[in-house]
Amino acid sequence: MQRIQPESTQEIVDTVRSHAEARRPLAIEGSGSKSGLGRPVDAEAHLSVRGLSGITSYQPDELVLTAWSGTPMREIWDALQEKRQHLAFEPATSALYGSGNEAGTLGGVLASNLSGPRRPSAGAARDHFLGFSAVNGLGEEFKAGGKVVKNVTGYDLPKLLAGSMGTLAVLLEVTVKVLPAPEKQRTVIVPVPDVEIGHRCLATQLREALEIDGTAFLPAALAARSSVDLVRAPGSALAAMRLTGSPVSVADRCAALRAGLGMPSEELHSARSQALWAEINEVAPLLRAEAGALWRLSIPPASGAKIAMALGQGEDCLMDWGGGRLWIARRDASAEDANLVRKVVATAGGHATLVRGPDELRRAIDVFPTEAPLALLKRTKAAFDPHGILNPGRMYREL
Amino acid sequence: MLTMPAVDQEAIGDRERIAADLARLVAPASVIAAPAALRAYESDGLTAYRQPPLVAVLPGNTSEVAAVLRYCHQRRLKVVPRGSGTSLSGGALPLADGVLVGLGKLNRVLEVDYDNRCAIVQPGVPNLAISHAVADRGFYYAPDPSSQIACSIGGNVAENSGGVHCLKYGLTTNNLLGLEVVLIDGEVMRVGGRHFDAAGYDLMGILTGSEGLLGVVTEVTVRLLKRPPTACALLAGFASNEAAGEAVAAIIAAGIIPAGMEMMDKPAIAAVEDFVQAGYPLEAEALLIVELDGTAAEVDELMGRVQAIAQGKGATSLRVSQSEQERLKFWAGRKAAFPAVGRISPDYYCMDGTIPRSKLPLVLTRMAEMSARFGLKVANVFHAGDGNLHPLILYDANKPGELDSAEKFGAEILRLCVEVGGVLTGEHGVGVEKRDLMPAMFSEVDLAQQMRLKCAFDEHQLLNPGKVFPTLHRCAELGAMHVSGGKLPFPDLPRF
Repeated sequence: MQRIQPESTQEIVDTVRSHAEARRPLAIEGSGSKSGLGRPVDAEAHLSVRGLSGITSYQPDELVLTAWSGTPMREIWDALQEKRQHLAFEPATSALYGSGNEAGTLGGVLASNLSGPRRPSAGAARDHFLGFSAVNGLGEEFKAGGKVVKNVTGYDLPKLLAGSMGTLAVLLEVTVKVLPAPEKQRTVIVPVPDVEIGHRCLATQLREALEIDGTAFLPAALAARSSVDLVRAPGSALAAMRLTGSPVSVADRCAALRAGLGMPSEELHSARSQALWAEINEVAPLLRAEAGALWRLSIPPASGAKIAMALGQGEDCLMDWGGGRLWIARRDASAEDANLVRKVVATAGGHATLVRGPDELRRAIDVFPTEAPLALLKRTKAAFDPHGILNPGRMYREL
Repeated sequence: MLTMPAVDQEAIGDRERIAADLARLVAPASVIAAPAALRAYESDGLTAYRQPPLVAVLPGNTSEVAAVLRYCHQRRLKVVPRGSGTSLSGGALPLADGVLVGLGKLNRVLEVDYDNRCAIVQPGVPNLAISHAVADRGFYYAPDPSSQIACSIGGNVAENSGGVHCLKYGLTTNNLLGLEVVLIDGEVMRVGGRHFDAAGYDLMGILTGSEGLLGVVTEVTVRLLKRPPTACALLAGFASNEAAGEAVAAIIAAGIIPAGMEMMDKPAIAAVEDFVQAGYPLEAEALLIVELDGTAAEVDELMGRVQAIAQGKGATSLRVSQSEQERLKFWAGRKAAFPAVGRISPDYYCMDGTIPRSKLPLVLTRMAEMSARFGLKVANVFHAGDGNLHPLILYDANKPGELDSAEKFGAEILRLCVEVGGVLTGEHGVGVEKRDLMPAMFSEVDLAQQMRLKCAFDEHQLLNPGKVFPTLHRCAELGAMHVSGGKLPFPDLPRF
């Protein structure tokens, strides 16, 4: 395997162009922290953007940050924290999607469109991706979007590049929207007997104007694995709801939420609340590690409990997004089981992504679901990478 | 002068036959071919340009839309989709040789799904009608363009419309869950649904804001939000635009993202106050409207902090809305700004650039110089929170040369926006209006990449041609293009 880590955009342009001319595929990566996500790429040469690193412009009161795609997330978080800002889509802090134990690069987070528990209220990575420069599969450098928070000039290519897993272009410089970090957070935890009641508890509260920005359900076995004492204490399944904002607002909404629950509850304050949501965001500490296949389901929120039970995992799932996201660990890492998971998801509408699994399974099935006609996806890919040299096969077998 | 793609004379000669063919695909009364009746469609919100379509067709459901597009695709007829026709950039400007597809008959709210907090609506439903349909349960649809009484949700999707509350709640693209779209060959495609995030490539993301060039939206699933229990607005007058701009920056730097934060300059304040008597301070050089929403305690606390910041930046007047009625009155002024300016000038031309907010004083100074040079007045309304400027250039179309001057003035403003690090359009779209300015912001390589994506959806470039892109290349040509020294070949191809 050949590893290429250019230090300049020109070198990236040259590398891609020479590979395009030779029709030689390139595996595109940042730090490789998400190498386990997607289908295995058959390419002799790996092109890493890690050499393009650093924040090029950060203007807190303009709410934008521009950085090279290979900038480590740690560096981004540190810079934001200093100005009391954050990425509202809450990308996970550790590597769930591959080897290593780091959060990867900003480019990698955007290219995989990863978002955390705040997604329903704050949007996904794609909603905060404002603009970029990149190199397409012909080795041409191009740009799209802008460096301001509001822009509709031309096609919204950042949306398309978000989640495209490096199959359309190699990101160079990216601009993201940043927002003030909430001053305070609290989490209300409600012991519940099972997934149905836990889910109903979340759904009921989401109908109120409480601006809850984290809504998760943990079955008893998962709650027992938490590092947070108050989460383990009840010894039962839990519904967890996070409130963030100014101190007055959080205290106010927290009291309103608890008063409206009609069942016993507990409060987690700053550090405990943060620890619990970090675990929920990272998934791995809560779900058993020895699973054969880890699935991420995005479904209509109201169907959360129903789908978990239909898969026989009401007591072994991590429910997030008020029921809209389920993390399911399957012992069986076979293509048949993958079909079964997808068939069940189809009954509700939505999709299932294989987040972690053995290479054979990732090769055998479509790791990412598709909803658009394959012919259109192929033409879309060809519009950026006509020779199919960028991460071939990583997203879809045929392209 | 605006040039449009070469006219297909054969299509024009065949008008009656085309109308008859279309009448077999939809209810016969839904095809309009009489010249007098077609006049109703000759323009959208950008009234400087007028062109009746070859024929207009008003399909009543998705299969009729699909049948019409399939027919046009087979016959290689150009298609211009139209919602309510409120585009301010000429996005729905018809073509003399093109079929206008009006989506107005698709005007039903199909389902409200409170459990999943979404509504499924047809594209012709007016933006505000969605919020009205769910108001009794305390929900609403967040994006609120000023034309929300009339503008359609399908048009909002095509243009990725914003509004005064998008600083906190996002543009259309951030509030969609699913789309049904008919592609130019008649294929019906569904993306998204009641769940979050696309499966695979985010085609919904790319269709949103594609200005009718990639497909025709026939169904939209929007997110519904719970209306905050309290909302309160502050009117703050300032002695200078700079002071108001500094207050805006300080509010955001303090970690506060208001639900809306609008700024108006003196000419705009005067026009609005004269029109709606919203109680705006006439002596102020600049006015800020800051809206905060949330629980009562939260709004009280934040309003105190915002007032203190405004005072610290030298506010000459401060007024907090004391009732819901008063809050709406504050907004009535802002939302009526365009018609208010329309009262004081025979015509006005509304621009829509976004700038980094810190460049506001520079941009306003340069704009005042331009105003003097062109001899045309300008009034400014400004989505201050996100840096989206709406200069309104006042002119009189009946005075020879004034429209031309206004357009040149506008183009200079937009070039300035790009020069200071901003963009050509924040929410109105490129359309025909800013089409020829695209090279100010994008290189030929950038534009060629966007056009290749267009080709992936619409190889024969039948959907809304003449909009967004300044030059029309055939798709086969784009596929064969290679860059040399940062330049594409054929730089001299005529702009149409």
